[in-house]
Amino acid sequence: MSLALRIIPRLDIKGPNVVKGVHLEGLRVLGKPESFAKFYYESGADELFYQDVVASLFGRNSLKDIISKTAKEIFIPLTVGGGIRNINDISNILHAGADKVSINTFAIQNPKLISSASNIFGSSTIVISIEAIKQSDGKYSAFTDNGRNPTGRDVVEWAREVEQLGAGEISLTCVDKEGAGKGFDLALAREVIDSVRIPVVIHGGAGSVQHVVDLAKDSSISGVAISSLFHYDYIVHNKDLSGHESEGNRDFLKSNKTPSSIQSSSINNLKLSLLEKNILCRKYEKAL
Amino acid sequence: MKKPYRIAIIDYQMSNMFSVRNAINLMGFESKVVSKHSEILDSDGVILPGVGSFPEAMRIIKKLGLDVSIKEFIDTGKPFLGICLGFQLLFQSSNEIEKSSGLGILKGKVVKFANNNMKILVPHVGWNAIDKNLEVDKIILNSSDPLRNVKNGDYFYFVHSYYACPEDLNIIKTRTQYGEYEFCSSILKDNIFACQFHPEKSGDSGLQVFKDMFN
Repeated sequence: MSLALRIIPRLDIKGPNVVKGVHLEGLRVLGKPESFAKFYYESGADELFYQDVVASLFGRNSLKDIISKTAKEIFIPLTVGGGIRNINDISNILHAGADKVSINTFAIQNPKLISSASNIFGSSTIVISIEAIKQSDGKYSAFTDNGRNPTGRDVVEWAREVEQLGAGEISLTCVDKEGAGKGFDLALAREVIDSVRIPVVIHGGAGSVQHVVDLAKDSSISGVAISSLFHYDYIVHNKDLSGHESEGNRDFLKSNKTPSSIQSSSINNLKLSLLEKNILCRKYEKAL
Repeated sequence: MKKPYRIAIIDYQMSNMFSVRNAINLMGFESKVVSKHSEILDSDGVILPGVGSFPEAMRIIKKLGLDVSIKEFIDTGKPFLGICLGFQLLFQSSNEIEKSSGLGILKGKVVKFANNNMKILVPHVGWNAIDKNLEVDKIILNSSDPLRNVKNGDYFYFVHSYYACPEDLNIIKTRTQYGEYEFCSSILKDNIFACQFHPEKSGDSGLQVFKDMFN
């Protein structure tokens, strides 16, 4: 027996709403983060990941409220990312009730932030998020701001550097695959996992249960972060889809359709399929 | 009506007590975050949480005189729960950063996962299963066992690089396997239950532990 593969629902958050886009662009409003979080917690999620998708661009950091509300009801680890610039930001997010923070832009701009943060808060608290886009020479480059801004850094080299600096975990997004529902970039996952000795969580591409099974069979991932696959299952099971405000494009909700590329699944169904293929994960049975 | 159980969560500036307190409150207990001697001794149950470095934690505990309060509270026979670093601190010593003394309430030491063969990732972060030590189960009366409603093989959430090695093997309540290691993931000795895993991050199984610890 060893560690279970962590199944991590990822909520992209814009203002008060959960949103979802394709390639991290073209956002659709899906509902309230707290409702999604509670549903996933009760369905057996191993951890939750909140990403504030606009904070880094506009300097907005309105997640604290959502975090405290979540932490009152949810007793699994919560990682929060988006617009985290310095030690003070990390401290605020952790005090609101998060267990880990995920940093991208400001870690690349100032790598010393990683070492000072891991010294102060412990390395297991510091997750470095890497957004990878494949270049014409076949190598992967690290981007920031939802894949908009190139940094010129090679993904594998950057992954090794963040490990050296004291990061406790890497959250790796394949921007090309994100939201497309056509499967993960297995080569990218393998390359990064083989280069470091810290846990790597893979994000971007799950369109079916089989895609997750393929990824878990192919390389020794520590966790997988999933949005669409679970979100559309949530939508099917929850009729109350009211977001807090009419921010963003909500036409999608009224149409009541799921994209054809996503074969949605519950967390439990995914876990049962993984266990069937002898991939270790935490079976969930309601105890209380 | 029965008076609500008052649980003191010890604050020694080393951890976010938010999650532990939320969990305790959800289970219907009254809770208070405390660091004063009298508040600790007055409570019906005490939790020593903790994340961070062992030597730094001991320095603060001694500075605040909490070592005395914790020992006196344990002597009252009322339930005491140690979590993660709060579990490790109960032992005599740790080799984290430098060799340093712990509270010495339990005999044994705290050591780091060696990772010479590179087979495991350190820290040990994530969900792992507990294996209940059956011999202890025979000795302890079922009604006071905080894991009585938790199944053998249930998963709990861990985040740590060091693990405790109790001298008295009879106090080992559960073991957990990680790579080649089979380390002690919880102990039960009289009114003390202490665990390496985080019940406040372990979903329903964790909440069940809080409930059964103080009921």
